[in-house]
Amino acid sequence: MAHVIDDETIEYVGILAKLELSEEEREQAKKDMGSMLDYIDKLGELDTTDIEPMSHVFPVQNVFREDVVTSGDMREQMLANAPQEKDGMFVVPKTFEG
Amino acid sequence: MEKQYETVIGLEVHVELATKTKIFCGCSTAFGGAPNTHTCPVCTGMPGTLPVLNGQVLEYAVAVGLATNCSITRYCKFDRKNYFYPDNPQNYQISQLYLPICRNGHVDIETEGGVKSIGIHEIHMEEDAGKLIHDEWEDVSLVDYNRSGVPLIEIVSEPDMRNAQEVIAYLEKLRMTIQYLGASDCKLNEGSMRADVNLSVREVGSTELGTRTEMKNLNSFRAITRAITGERERQIELLERGESVVQETRRWDDAREVSYAMRSKEDAQDYRYFPDPDLVPIQLDDAFIERVRAGQPEFREEKMERYRREFDIPDYDTRIITGSKHMADLFEATVELCHQPKKVSNWLMGETLRLLKEREMDPEDIRFTPAHFAKLIDLTERKVINTTVAKEVFEEMFDRDVDPEGYVEDKGLKMVGDGNALRKTVEEVIAANPQSVADYRGGKEKAIGFLVGQTMKAMKGKADPASVNQLLKELL
Amino acid sequence: MTDKEITGGVAREILAYTAVELGKAIHEGKVTAVEAMEAVFKQIERKEAEIHAYVTIDKDTALQKAAQIQKRIEAGELQGSLAGVPVAIKDNLCTEGMRTTCSSRILENFVPTFSAEAVSRLEEAGAVIVGKTNMDEFAMGSTTETSAFGVTKNPWNTAHVPGGSSGGSAAAVAAEECFFALGSDTGGSIRQPAAYCGVVGMKPTYGTVSRYGLVAYGSSLDQIGPLAKDVTDCATVLEIIAAHDAKDSTSMKREDVDFTSALVEDVKGLRIGIPRDYFGEGLDTEVKSAVLAAAKVLEQAGAVVEEFDLSLVEYAIPTYYTIAAAEASSNLERFDGIKYGYRTADFNGLHDMYKKTRSEGFGAEVKRRIMLGSFVLSSGYYDAYYLKALRVKALIKQAFDAAFARYDVILGPVAPTTAPGLGESLADPLKMYLGDIYTISANLAGLPGISLPCGKDGRGLPIGLQLLGDCFQEKKLIQCAYTYEKKRGPFGLSV
Repeated sequence: MAHVIDDETIEYVGILAKLELSEEEREQAKKDMGSMLDYIDKLGELDTTDIEPMSHVFPVQNVFREDVVTSGDMREQMLANAPQEKDGMFVVPKTFEG
Repeated sequence: MEKQYETVIGLEVHVELATKTKIFCGCSTAFGGAPNTHTCPVCTGMPGTLPVLNGQVLEYAVAVGLATNCSITRYCKFDRKNYFYPDNPQNYQISQLYLPICRNGHVDIETEGGVKSIGIHEIHMEEDAGKLIHDEWEDVSLVDYNRSGVPLIEIVSEPDMRNAQEVIAYLEKLRMTIQYLGASDCKLNEGSMRADVNLSVREVGSTELGTRTEMKNLNSFRAITRAITGERERQIELLERGESVVQETRRWDDAREVSYAMRSKEDAQDYRYFPDPDLVPIQLDDAFIERVRAGQPEFREEKMERYRREFDIPDYDTRIITGSKHMADLFEATVELCHQPKKVSNWLMGETLRLLKEREMDPEDIRFTPAHFAKLIDLTERKVINTTVAKEVFEEMFDRDVDPEGYVEDKGLKMVGDGNALRKTVEEVIAANPQSVADYRGGKEKAIGFLVGQTMKAMKGKADPASVNQLLKELL
Repeated sequence: MTDKEITGGVAREILAYTAVELGKAIHEGKVTAVEAMEAVFKQIERKEAEIHAYVTIDKDTALQKAAQIQKRIEAGELQGSLAGVPVAIKDNLCTEGMRTTCSSRILENFVPTFSAEAVSRLEEAGAVIVGKTNMDEFAMGSTTETSAFGVTKNPWNTAHVPGGSSGGSAAAVAAEECFFALGSDTGGSIRQPAAYCGVVGMKPTYGTVSRYGLVAYGSSLDQIGPLAKDVTDCATVLEIIAAHDAKDSTSMKREDVDFTSALVEDVKGLRIGIPRDYFGEGLDTEVKSAVLAAAKVLEQAGAVVEEFDLSLVEYAIPTYYTIAAAEASSNLERFDGIKYGYRTADFNGLHDMYKKTRSEGFGAEVKRRIMLGSFVLSSGYYDAYYLKALRVKALIKQAFDAAFARYDVILGPVAPTTAPGLGESLADPLKMYLGDIYTISANLAGLPGISLPCGKDGRGLPIGLQLLGDCFQEKKLIQCAYTYEKKRGPFGLSV
């Protein structure tokens, strides 16, 4: 099955991924994504009925922290890389809720 | 004939858990720090950081699940919910979609029509977002990540409620249960309990669900009630006009009593959930669940039963006292010390409730200790102080948790127990007020009240009015 | 501090040491940590303009630290085998106070407030950081050409790529611009550049080295590992960085991390499997014969070598790209111009800021994978793509379990060819992805793998031999690799 990625799909994925593509990039992205998906379709050849999806390779389970405070005031460090800060906070464009 | 509509309501309730630290890092969850002072690389989403689950979060979540009759998911995982918003530092929220910790529970609420069971679809664990503050001077917003990563459970009900009264009863029930567990203080006004209302309407008799909307930003029971009424009306109006309800998230503006859609073309509402590869699965065994079950407290219904058996106090008092876990604890601990359930209850029903109202406080905010409370009751019982003084001392204790004994001592508020001193004062009062004495002797019983007052005044309040009264009668 | 002027000749002598040899020489007082660092900077002066292995170099700090370390060595406080040895760190590993860019414009000015656990462990052992090495942007690529800060060139032939994504680390070791380096391996990103640059690279079992401080690409696949001059260095470095870390939930508690104990020249009875599927179409004939010759060497040394069918090999790449892209799309969401990194200059509102920042900050390959990853996770496609890939991953793991029931080590090539020429790979991404075919499965199945040189092609470019082991069986790999290295004799570096 050959995947044809349309403008709408690229637009939608752009909204999800917060990426804005130029006309040229968009055409390239349509082509690349189409061929990658064609390639990924190869997985369809395999029968995976009754196979559990494996997200972790090892059966490591139950890793917990104790409920103990381990960090103090690190505000200065946390803000050190901020493109814009004000009054100890990160500045962002005005949000809907304000 | 006019169509009759039924409202169908389900709730998504977020509860901030009372852990000391955040869900995935060792930052404090304490309220009120200066912005971003309770943050670290993990909860600000610095590159290279990884989450590690706070075990207490799991315990609280399981405890709430058991208390709401849920089945506990033995093998559960965390998933990432992906969406961009500045309050969400990683731009994904770690939550649970595929295998939530609790499922298929219910709680019983009391309604006008009797007891009703409200189904709980699931409870899942997740992290809270930071806070966005609108800057007053510039057209920008500011982000404070102190709340980012504070542990939450989200309790998702079935669409089993039909009106605002049931919704409030359900919320009260959840709040009480969770407070009893000590898993959260559940304050709507401070945001440690938040409810989103999913509401649809349908014609009475229909079994199909209508299209629902989700209402956010409801931070009081009043707001919830008004939002339900408002949304019901809005949806019915749409349907009556032949239009259809759009499935969407709406924001309630309680000041203006209207809601508006939070839609944006930039919000695809496609969260691309997938298991978080940075966190390992949780496998719970019977021993763990039994340990949490064994730690469950006596809940309100059982407590009321027991109060009825053990204490001779009015049912009304029992309801009020057990309505707050903190007040019930205070009551029981104080009774344990002074063995005067009735007196303790009276103080709680009277002065305590009065002061709570006056100070605009919740019962959970009561600060005085059972030891001090018991001492105060003891002082009044032994007639060391009289009722008027006791109320004054109580207020001091309520506000600053003073030790009543020390306070009475320091301020010299003890009643004068010396019979001779009192007798002498009474004799002086009789001598100084011949008119009143004559009135009393002439049959005006009330005149004695004036003489009691004069005596108390002369004793600077430190006498037992009953004894004064008795002595006056004797001498007259 | 030393007063000795490091002359070209002395520097040459120092640079010829392996990391372990240098550590020994420092302990014996033959060389100081400062002299070693000065030798490295001399070499950097000679080579770096041509090779461009580094994104960031901080000479002053490096020399200062070397002096401090030297004092501590002299005071007897540092006795480890790598104390005073200069190390290069891949630029996706956080270094406190030192810029960490992931070779991306979006992190161009990002200075971490903490160091990656693996980096801290090396520093505690006395290793001294030379600088941060170039890489494919966010480790997405196989050539180090997707870096926002220029390409790194293969020290053996500068018309060729060093491989990737840890190309800067591999090139720095090969060009003697450091004594060893750290890299990260998500689909072969340590092993393949090691092969292209003629050095030894190892990806340990998933969970062996803490990922804390590694800027994530594909979280379920990423592992940190060493790139070194020989197997001994490789085992020594791994022994230092392998440790359970409470900050990484996927970190494993292992008892058997005394990897240097496996530096034994003996493969008698070792069962080596050669997957026929790794020697089919697409494999360069020179690579093929060099790898098979290496197998012969091991067989002659007493190993039992046998061909077998691994199966599912052709499914590894689509499985890998689905999973890695999905995880990457989520991992890279945090780069949004708010907390750190690049923010676009002109924007109209929040979403415009997000889009412009990310579109300007990320390069083409990163965007391609984010788009693919967002798509395979999106509503309606999750089951068909993402879950399907996780199921195939389970099958691939089963295939390896079956193989390791019969063999101790799986032997094969690292890559189908030797290092491609500059600019040859990026034109066709899918073709570039196909080059990962032999390395990718180890990441999907969590297996350890080592890459070491086993020959050169007609143009003099190194050929890599890959040995894969079952989970937690690094020692078998190290012993096998060490034995081969001894039998093979010195390979030499590019200089």
